[in-house]
Amino acid sequence: MARTVWDSSVGKKTVMAVSGLIMLMYLVAHVIGNLKIFFGPGEFNHYAHWLRTVGEPFMHYEWTLWLIRVVLVVAVVAHAVSAYQLSRRGMKARPSKYVHRKARTSYATRTMRWGGIILGLFIVWHILDLTTGTVHSGGFQEGRPYQNVVDTFSTWYGNVVYLVAMLAVGLHIRHGFWSAAQTLGAGSRTRDRALKTVADILALLLTAGFIAVPVGVMTGVVS
Amino acid sequence: MKLTLRVWRQKNADDDGAMSTYEVDGISPDMSFLEMLDTLNEELILRGEDPVAFDHDCREGICGACSLVINGDAHGPERTTTCQLHMRSFRDGDRIDIEPWRASAFPVIKDLVVDRSAFDRIIQAGGYITAPTGSAPEAHATAVPKPDADLAFEHAECIGCGACVAACPNGAAMLFTSAKINHLNVLPQGAPERETRVLDMVAQMDEEGFGGCTLAGECATACPKGIPLVSITGMNKEWLRATRKVAKH
Amino acid sequence: MWEFCGMARTDSGLRKALGRIPQIREEFWRRIKVPGTGEEFNQSLEKANRVVDYLELAELMCLDALHRAESCGGHFREESQTPEGEAARRDEEFAYAAAWEFTGTGEAPVLHREDLVFEYVHPTQRSYA
Repeated sequence: MARTVWDSSVGKKTVMAVSGLIMLMYLVAHVIGNLKIFFGPGEFNHYAHWLRTVGEPFMHYEWTLWLIRVVLVVAVVAHAVSAYQLSRRGMKARPSKYVHRKARTSYATRTMRWGGIILGLFIVWHILDLTTGTVHSGGFQEGRPYQNVVDTFSTWYGNVVYLVAMLAVGLHIRHGFWSAAQTLGAGSRTRDRALKTVADILALLLTAGFIAVPVGVMTGVVS
Repeated sequence: MKLTLRVWRQKNADDDGAMSTYEVDGISPDMSFLEMLDTLNEELILRGEDPVAFDHDCREGICGACSLVINGDAHGPERTTTCQLHMRSFRDGDRIDIEPWRASAFPVIKDLVVDRSAFDRIIQAGGYITAPTGSAPEAHATAVPKPDADLAFEHAECIGCGACVAACPNGAAMLFTSAKINHLNVLPQGAPERETRVLDMVAQMDEEGFGGCTLAGECATACPKGIPLVSITGMNKEWLRATRKVAKH
Repeated sequence: MWEFCGMARTDSGLRKALGRIPQIREEFWRRIKVPGTGEEFNQSLEKANRVVDYLELAELMCLDALHRAESCGGHFREESQTPEGEAARRDEEFAYAAAWEFTGTGEAPVLHREDLVFEYVHPTQRSYA
């Protein structure tokens, strides 16, 4: 049965919607966690430590975190592969382009594909910067995320990369959330305005919430 | 009105095709777009040239035959069929680009005529109810709630013209397929085959090589019959429901 | 057709039409210009074929209307009406559906009568009085 779901364009899109929503839920949790930085290094670093102890003693140290990481990797891969395959299907469906090209009034399709790719690359950089410390500027300190974050946002490129990525996140979610609702059959005429409003608010809050951190560092509120 | 037309000419399916430019004059604003093309064709025939081939039938907006992409819009700048688009929607001296529906599932036969039998095959896959057609039964014997009847009728308005495919950036046929599925699945007569209908029709749609849906919404904007975008949502819901039900057996 | 085989028909009008149609047909075949060939998708050829068919159909309609010297349903012969101007049928002579057998273009078709028999309810004269 899984074979047929994946083979169907509707099934593939469903995979994209579900994986997208999983990542969205993660982002909501992540932004709330991130905002703790405004309460100082003590609270922020303690939170980072707590994340590794969730579910103890039933779950061993870092087990829950790794479980979440695995789920996220699966979600990212599922989302990217289904997006890629559906894009290919779409391109094969129109081998000869129209001579008269119209300016698309909807930014939706224009930004989703490239936005997604930008976000994929950003995630890789973000992990190498603040989780493994591989590309981190200054000295990466294990267990001291507060200082690591301040370091990253004290560089011009750290801020630029992050700001561009967060704008991409906002746009992506704005269309993605509403689109996922349609794919999962949850939309309707009466619910449409509400869904669009929720998508707008989610996109706005996430973007603002995530951007608050580098802005905080840049303005010295976080130091 | 005097107009400059850039028309897609393609000798047959194997020909590459290219745009050709023609000038027409003496076009009345009350003419329909097709009548304007008839005028061009008369001149071409008199000049000994091959007239432009294009599909048309009822010329009344109900058969779904006419299929032109005009200045990049399926059926042109108004929300209507090409045959009901009149030249008053254009200005004297305008340059108009005319192309066929473009999709790998709609191969070009000649000039602006494309083969839309892919749509027929999608309907054959489930766009009907299997019932013996003897004498007509008493209409009130099967009670249908009015909202359901209205929804079914709204979707039954689809004339299968294919503008949705032409307008879609991905060349998807979701709106066409969803119109038929919403139409039949909401009615009691469509209930016995509700699951196989959506699964088989969607499978056929994919088989034909139409693209996937990205909810861009160009289809609903182009549809001359106003099939709403939420029709696709309805089909997605039906497909998921059918997949779950079939998995249980 | 509009003028001589329209809503109201007359013997003389129908005969005039039947005289004109062969002339139109002759002019059609003499002046016809169909671009392209029959080996490819050819809408002009398709349209030309339809005109040929229409000419045959028009001729048959006029012939049938002429032979049915009564007024019945949509077929109104001015020569056959009641004093009030209503359609007057002549059931004793025309109570049948006419099925015409094609024998060749411009050739007289063969009439096959499918008699209409009313057992229980007999047709009467329509009256709006």
